[in-house]
Amino acid sequence: MSAEVTTRTQASEGTRQPFGQRVRDWWNSRSRLEQWLMIIPVVVLVYLLPVMNFFPLSTEPWTDYELALFNAARLGLIALGLNVVLGQAGLLDLGYVGFFAVGAYVAAIMTSRDSFLTDPRYSWVVVVPVAIAITMVSGVVIGTPTLRLRGDYLAIVTLGFGEMVRLLADNLEPLRGNRGFQDVGGPPGTYANGSPIFTQGDGKPWYWLTVTFIIVILLLIGNLERSRVGRAWVAIREDEDVAEIMGVPTFRFKVWAFVIGAGIGGLSGVLYAGQVGFVNNQRFDVVTSILFVAAVVLGGSGNKLGVLLGALVISYLPDRFQLAPEYRFLIFGIALIVLMIFRPQGLLGARQRLLARGRQAYQRLVGKPEPVATESALIDSGKGTNA
Amino acid sequence: MSDPTPVEKGLAAEVQGMSESELAQHLEEVAEAVAPDREIQVDVGDTLLELDDVTLRFGGLVALDSVSFGIRRGEILGMIGPNGAGKTTCFNVMTGVYRPSSGEVRLEGRRLGRLKRYQITRRGIARTFQNIRLFEEMTALENVVVGTDARHKTSVVGALARLPRHWQEERAGVERAMALLEFVGIADRAADRAKNLPYGYQRRLEIARALATEPKLLCLDEPAAGFNPAEKDELMELIRRIRDDGYTVLLIEHDMRVVMGVTDRIVVLEFGKKIAEGTPAQVRDDPAVIAAYLGVPDDGAA
Repeated sequence: MSAEVTTRTQASEGTRQPFGQRVRDWWNSRSRLEQWLMIIPVVVLVYLLPVMNFFPLSTEPWTDYELALFNAARLGLIALGLNVVLGQAGLLDLGYVGFFAVGAYVAAIMTSRDSFLTDPRYSWVVVVPVAIAITMVSGVVIGTPTLRLRGDYLAIVTLGFGEMVRLLADNLEPLRGNRGFQDVGGPPGTYANGSPIFTQGDGKPWYWLTVTFIIVILLLIGNLERSRVGRAWVAIREDEDVAEIMGVPTFRFKVWAFVIGAGIGGLSGVLYAGQVGFVNNQRFDVVTSILFVAAVVLGGSGNKLGVLLGALVISYLPDRFQLAPEYRFLIFGIALIVLMIFRPQGLLGARQRLLARGRQAYQRLVGKPEPVATESALIDSGKGTNA
Repeated sequence: MSDPTPVEKGLAAEVQGMSESELAQHLEEVAEAVAPDREIQVDVGDTLLELDDVTLRFGGLVALDSVSFGIRRGEILGMIGPNGAGKTTCFNVMTGVYRPSSGEVRLEGRRLGRLKRYQITRRGIARTFQNIRLFEEMTALENVVVGTDARHKTSVVGALARLPRHWQEERAGVERAMALLEFVGIADRAADRAKNLPYGYQRRLEIARALATEPKLLCLDEPAAGFNPAEKDELMELIRRIRDDGYTVLLIEHDMRVVMGVTDRIVVLEFGKKIAEGTPAQVRDDPAVIAAYLGVPDDGAA
């Protein structure tokens, strides 16, 4: 056994380690404090992005730089939510745009003067929790019947449900179809001179707000991941029958994944509706849903940072390089095909830590706060066959 | 835990270099963590699980035909039979994968009836799989912790907010999982992904994961498949230790040396029917069993 340990140490010191693995090893060998000290400047940098409106970053003069950043952050939030469903629990949901739409419509109904409500002037602070709650309920409503299906069947049925949400928006008179809702409200707050902080033209406050939501949700999702819940999700993704036989109430946890994903989708719908200030039935089609899935798959399904990167690629890069909208999907398609050939796990492969006290446990076991990675183990076994 | 030798090789690196008494002490602790709620004095004899006239049909095919037998608390019961005799089907009926067409399965006198599979696990039946089915992307440790989660009660909200129960269950789960990995002898690879483990380790990991659910009855489906004689000896030793820790074991196995060597009683199935039941010696000499395994001369032939 000691011989084995030596081989593994040699493998991790060897030069054939993939770059990503070496970065990861280096990162994981830092202490928690060191990691936080390094995370803080990165977060500060992310918050400063909107004021760094100059050459390689800026998307102007074609697209408003701050709005481009907001859109990327908003897609990042959506990707985080979809990642719970698709990446962690392994449920292919092609109708995720439906939850996004529900969130946007709830915001519109509660704040727009076109609403059927008698006094639709609810504060945004009220709108957010109500919208999240309603999308979560819609997640239960959609999830309970559909989650009895698996794999491709689930994908097809969720695709149908996504379309149903859009068609409801088309055809239900109170939802105003194509005419939509004007003047959807945003968060309260004014500058010293009395002008509102959150306006349609100024992307900065929206970006900062969205990034803040992303950070909060990253922390919360991280808590779930390193718990019984996250383990149940991964177990379901790996082998649903075995998960159930090992005592995981699979159906309940699948509905939870759906509901939590839905809540995050609803939140991003509220942000979208507030920033654009207008909601109608035009932006919630299947293609948008596929775009969400593309962000998750491209970035690395099951990797929280990966899907944020995927969202950045899908939303920001086309703005940066001024891709005409009609070519965007063509290029995404080609990019995805290339990616699936050379790196099927996405830009950053799935990484999950499933134990709340995993660092301590693995430190005790293998002398580093990280399970033995797949890649290095592959190298290990490759060496074994060569020898 | 007076005889440390078979356990010794499975222990993590930290154990190496302990003195005899330290090792014994350590093993005591391991055993305590593995089975915290075990009854020290196991009453061998009363029926734990009972199959009562169980029939299972798939359309016109009768997979199990009025099968009745009981598993007594604290014993190792073997189930043998030629290929296709219905052994794994029998397992699947017990663990709720299939529901019997007629008859019933009772655990400690209570019908399993229409319970869901995870509820049956929580009642106290755990199993391993003939063709290994681990959560491949998880580490060995995480696989076992999933098993311990069967007894955990942290809610989604509790995990989100990291309430005290979450912390307490996480700590207890990891501790127990570590102890179980030591118990089955694979603690040295606890941090490896399940898919990267050697075959024998994967089989042991399945056992550890099943034990983690704190079962009253552990069902092993051909655990010795693909093992060499030395590994089979280790496995038999492990099965005995599992029983000695207060679990009841049901063992499906083709290897006669393992079955005859480790079981207290044996049930023999053929074509979905129980054809014999008794101690290994009785079963070995049973004409019906010999006929089932070796065939009978065709009396009508010229």
